[in-house]
Amino acid sequence: MAAKLKFSLVSPEKELFSGEVDGVDVPGEEGDFGVLPNHAPVMTTIRMGTIAIKDGSDTRRMFLRGGFADVTPDGLIILAEEAVDIADLDAEKLSIDLRNAEEDLADAKTDEKRAAASDRLEYIRGLTEALAS
Amino acid sequence: MASLKEFRDRIDSVKSIQKITKAMQMVAAAKLRRAQEAVEAARPYAARMSAVVGNLSSAMDGRPGAPELLVGTGKSDVHLLVVASADRGLCGGFNSQIARHARTEVSRLVQEGKTVKILCVGVKAADQLKRIYEDKIIDVISLREHKDIDSTVAADISARILRMFEAGEFDVCTLVFSRFKSVISQIPTAQTLIPAMQSLDEDATAPDLGGAAYDYEPDEEDILKVLLPRNLTTQIFQALLENVAGEMGAKMSAMDNSTRNAGEMIDKLSLQYNRKRQSMITTELIEIIAGAEAV
Repeated sequence: MAAKLKFSLVSPEKELFSGEVDGVDVPGEEGDFGVLPNHAPVMTTIRMGTIAIKDGSDTRRMFLRGGFADVTPDGLIILAEEAVDIADLDAEKLSIDLRNAEEDLADAKTDEKRAAASDRLEYIRGLTEALAS
Repeated sequence: MASLKEFRDRIDSVKSIQKITKAMQMVAAAKLRRAQEAVEAARPYAARMSAVVGNLSSAMDGRPGAPELLVGTGKSDVHLLVVASADRGLCGGFNSQIARHARTEVSRLVQEGKTVKILCVGVKAADQLKRIYEDKIIDVISLREHKDIDSTVAADISARILRMFEAGEFDVCTLVFSRFKSVISQIPTAQTLIPAMQSLDEDATAPDLGGAAYDYEPDEEDILKVLLPRNLTTQIFQALLENVAGEMGAKMSAMDNSTRNAGEMIDKLSLQYNRKRQSMITTELIEIIAGAEAV
């Protein structure tokens, strides 16, 4: 039995995943990387994208909106700004969200609101792509 | 002397009040459960976040070029006090406790000759602080428009604090809020947000790396630049959640008390009402009998 990687994924609202897995693929800011048990300690920022949690023949995919990954000898911790399980996504609801986000962007009056709205839109577009792939 | 009708009216009005307090208590109880779940769900993130910041800052320790958010501006002349309270009253001493804690904090700082600026989150503490520190309050952020506290609320507040920090408007930022310990116990707490170094737990030491070197990607400074604002948001978010849970807990026990008081009052009034009614009947009877005898 090979060693397992302790992995936890937390977002500000809640802990999304906590447990032992075989490996995790992480979209790092400077390139994707895979984390296996006994990975060298590393700390990095994550860009928006999909992580793949591999355990046995199972692969769970989660979509993250940026955050940090911290690999220590104790395991991998991902602090995500926002994260969803791709299995929970619903194409129909996403297309509604997408339309809403586009409208929000068009309606935004101040620079601040516009930046927030375009962030949101980008996130939802990312989600849609992740679901399609 | 009060007539019977007056008694009845009073009993009715106390009964309606009791109904309202009872309903408020039940609403608070339901909200409390949700708020408590939210606090507990958010705790791992906050804990991990401070562990990561702790890791990084011990790596940065004593090195030049550390970000000011972490080590401070080197001065502590101007203090920003972020006072987080509830937006609604009727929750016992909850808001007053926070306001009192903020007041002692302010007077301590003033005595030390510091300049104090106050940013209120939630209007209730602001109402109380306004009486003495009107000139020090720079703004009041109301939470009423947000139905649920989510991380975007905290992000707005932290963005605002960061803008002020970058503009050099203050040196040290302290957050005053109420830590939710249990339904009946909330502890007003002051926590230093900026510089972040001061708020780290003493025991948040670097993990044992087994001799391996920590790799940073991009380098420490770039990560810290992103991480510290996130940390600020997280701390504020956590504080807001603790506050909501505390508010609901305080409200629940305050409303429970009121309901019980109303019950006691109804009992007392009913007793008085019945006595009065009896004595009136007795008087009437005596009058009738006396009348009958006279005939």
